[in-house]
Amino acid sequence: MKRWQRFKSSYFLYSFRRDPVAVSSFTVFFLLVAVAFLAPVIAPFNPYDTTIIDIMDAEIAPSWMEGGEDRFWLGTDIQGRDLFSTMLYGLRTSVIIGLGAVIFQAILGISVGLTSGYLGGRIDAFFMRIADIQFSIPYLIVAIITSAIFQLAFGVGRFEQMAMPLLIVIIGMSEWPKYARTVRASVLGEKNKEYVEAARVIGLNRRIIMFRHILPNTLTPVLVISTIQVAQAVMSEAALSFLGLGMPITKPSLGSLINAGFEYVFSGSWWITFFPGILLVVFTLVIILFGDWLRDVLNPKLYKG
Amino acid sequence: MGHLLEVRNLEVKFALRFGDLTAIDNISFTLDKKEKLGLVGESGAGKSVTGFSIINLISKPGYISGGSILFEDRDLSKLSTGEMRKLRGHRISMIFQDPMMTLNPVLTIGTQMTETVLAHMKVSKSDAMDIALEKLKKVYIPSPEKRLFQYPHECSGGMRQRIVIAIALLTNPSLIVADEPTTALDVTIQAGIMDLLQELCTTEDMGLILITHDLAVVSQVTDKIAVMYAGRIIETGPTEEIVNNPRHPYTKGLINSLPGGLQAGSRLAQIPGMMPTLTDIPDGCAFNPRCTINGPICLEKLPELRVLDGKNHSAACHMLENDQRDK
Amino acid sequence: MFAFIVRRIIQSIVVMLVISFIGFSVQHNIGDPVRDMVGERVSVEEREAIRDKLGLNDPFWTQYIRFVGNAAKGDLGTSYFHSKPTLQVILSKAPATLELVLVSSIIIILLTFPIGIYSALFPRSLFSKIVMGFSTIGVAVPVFLTAIVLIYIFGVELNWLPAYGRGETVNIWGWETGLLTWDGLRHLILPSLSLSSIMLPLYIRLIRSEMMEVLETEYIKFAWAKGLNKNRVWLVHAFKNTLLPVVTVFGVEIGILFAFTLLTETVFQWQGMGFMFLEAVERSDTALLVAYLMVVGGMFVLINTVIDVIYGFINPMVRIAGAK
Repeated sequence: MKRWQRFKSSYFLYSFRRDPVAVSSFTVFFLLVAVAFLAPVIAPFNPYDTTIIDIMDAEIAPSWMEGGEDRFWLGTDIQGRDLFSTMLYGLRTSVIIGLGAVIFQAILGISVGLTSGYLGGRIDAFFMRIADIQFSIPYLIVAIITSAIFQLAFGVGRFEQMAMPLLIVIIGMSEWPKYARTVRASVLGEKNKEYVEAARVIGLNRRIIMFRHILPNTLTPVLVISTIQVAQAVMSEAALSFLGLGMPITKPSLGSLINAGFEYVFSGSWWITFFPGILLVVFTLVIILFGDWLRDVLNPKLYKG
Repeated sequence: MGHLLEVRNLEVKFALRFGDLTAIDNISFTLDKKEKLGLVGESGAGKSVTGFSIINLISKPGYISGGSILFEDRDLSKLSTGEMRKLRGHRISMIFQDPMMTLNPVLTIGTQMTETVLAHMKVSKSDAMDIALEKLKKVYIPSPEKRLFQYPHECSGGMRQRIVIAIALLTNPSLIVADEPTTALDVTIQAGIMDLLQELCTTEDMGLILITHDLAVVSQVTDKIAVMYAGRIIETGPTEEIVNNPRHPYTKGLINSLPGGLQAGSRLAQIPGMMPTLTDIPDGCAFNPRCTINGPICLEKLPELRVLDGKNHSAACHMLENDQRDK
Repeated sequence: MFAFIVRRIIQSIVVMLVISFIGFSVQHNIGDPVRDMVGERVSVEEREAIRDKLGLNDPFWTQYIRFVGNAAKGDLGTSYFHSKPTLQVILSKAPATLELVLVSSIIIILLTFPIGIYSALFPRSLFSKIVMGFSTIGVAVPVFLTAIVLIYIFGVELNWLPAYGRGETVNIWGWETGLLTWDGLRHLILPSLSLSSIMLPLYIRLIRSEMMEVLETEYIKFAWAKGLNKNRVWLVHAFKNTLLPVVTVFGVEIGILFAFTLLTETVFQWQGMGFMFLEAVERSDTALLVAYLMVVGGMFVLINTVIDVIYGFINPMVRIAGAK
């Protein structure tokens, strides 16, 4: 309760309310996430239910256009699924993968960063070398090659079955160095401050010092990069799915929907690609805008690179 | 021919969202050739703004809102941007505070010197190099030929400030405005730079405006002093007069706070409180909240500069008549 | 400077060894070189014999060393689908990708520098505000979406520009180029525009903010005080200092640009390395995939090294500090 009181009167909340971009982007983000998770309740159709899908309904235009039907507000995709429902389910998949991948890379990166920064020496050199090497290759290439290797190793069928957890791991693996470097940098900044010295003098053990004393002080930069990373992860997922290395069309994500509809753009069915595309852009845009605001307000010393 | 520089009722404002803020309020002073004027005050008193307004380079959103600046009998505030540019670095040079930041890190010293020459004089590149070399010698830089091809970071701080001074001398200006030229340097180097500036004024026939918060420095170098407080000149006169016979309570405070002649272990005198920021200058005399001798009038009326006992000494204080006994 | 370059080269070799190790592990665990050579209709005994002959039953490390040795000689195995040395396959596809990256980089440089500098010098102008608005939204638009929209507008609706393939190419000393024919150039427009679209917003913002930061520095103020003219202050003093951080980032960005060719090539059916790679994945052509990994890894190591060295030349501070 006390914390809530403190939060309510904080500068953070004050500047949030004063900034219309922050408020609206956060609201839209919150609404989209809510809608995504409530997809089974909100969506008029269930795209996973093969019994109600009729291939005869394929490529129906949005309801306000010529050839549109009232049943399908935004029209249907190539398999005859209601596009609106499929998009909601697709957004859910994208959100889960995005958040999952960020949590995965955060846990990995923070552990490595903490250990490296606090222990230093050889362990530090070893981890940072790995991070450097991975950093020199763009994350997207890492993600694409990793998922290609996974697809070959597991076979397409198995890969598609396990696509969601695999993508979380793949995207997480391709982005962890950013967390590791950020956390390491702020641990190095905190390490020699008096309060850590004091904790050491009382005789607390390393683990307690690391997690209870140092970690909380490195969370601001972590929070700031996390927002941008969610947007990045959602876009990575879309890119992988677009290349056919991510979610299969039977388990739609925004990326695989765009991919599936792409060929039909030429025959004039622009909506199959266009609407999921807009949803993807809006979703990533609000995260980026919110992240920018968060960075400006919290203003941590971020690791450049 | 009048004075080299005559600033009359200069007023500088900063255009802010909630209205204009007066940074420099009605200040006037003059400077002749070979004369050295010290502008003294705490940070935020408006010394630097005054200096920059002479070459019309006040950082935005500041602008000159009134008064005139006569330089060699031309009114600078009436010059076009192009005419002003031709004057800058040519007839009037400036020396900045921190030599570490003043020189461009990615250009050689030679480039940074010759470009100034080429911008103002019709000479060839090699002639420009010769001029640069000559000026580097004038500021006593060892092996100047080598320096021309070096980058700023290859020189020490004191060396860089000498280079900045050499740049200021390139076009034989008649006025140099030095904004805290030694503040960022080690104490041992400070004296050398000050001696150099003083010497150059005489040999090169230049006027010097020395902007500083350090009364000790000013008293050694300059011929006359103007003390600034909250955007106004509150006392001005010949250096000797100001140092030995300060009249304004603020100037007195400044001089008392100098460490000279103190016993070890005794406390340094200080002026209580802080200078007001531009947004909340008190009514009446701006100094009244910190003043020890103020009376009721000080809260109401802004004191004007008044000439005292000849010798060009004037001060802006209501209490000048009855302050003698306080001493 | 020399010591600095030597150190960077040693680092690069270590990184290449790590990449080759990953590549070899993939090859070793997933690939099947015997199938790649003789196909699937060969009896188990014969296979085993071939395996022995090829040394595939040797210990892991022996095989790895051989793999590295072969790779150093330029032998990265044989593609199952193309029945050709993988390196040859990749090299035949490289010109398409490199030309795409090249043209995109030119577009990026030509557009972002003037726009970024202009919007830093005149941040209040209407043009700058529009640019900033677009670049904020642009960051959130994925490259394939831009590509699809461009295809839809210019390829389908207006029918002005070809929407897929490389068009007519000319072979010059073994390099298939589309830069020398009118048709090839027309085919390049949409793909290179889409590819550059990912960098345009980021780059404009970067140049703008760096330039604005530089404009606030003391040495710029001093340059004004020296009475230099606008162009000299902006283009020599400010721009040269802006260039430093921008060039560093550009090195990394070229890599990212390359990564995004995978997406662009897919959309435009552009017969480059990325398109080849995705085909290789579909066809389970492990040898080609591993070769791609090695080539791409090598390329990034090379780019990073070159950028570091160039940076050393531009920034006198790095050069003096030597190997940092």
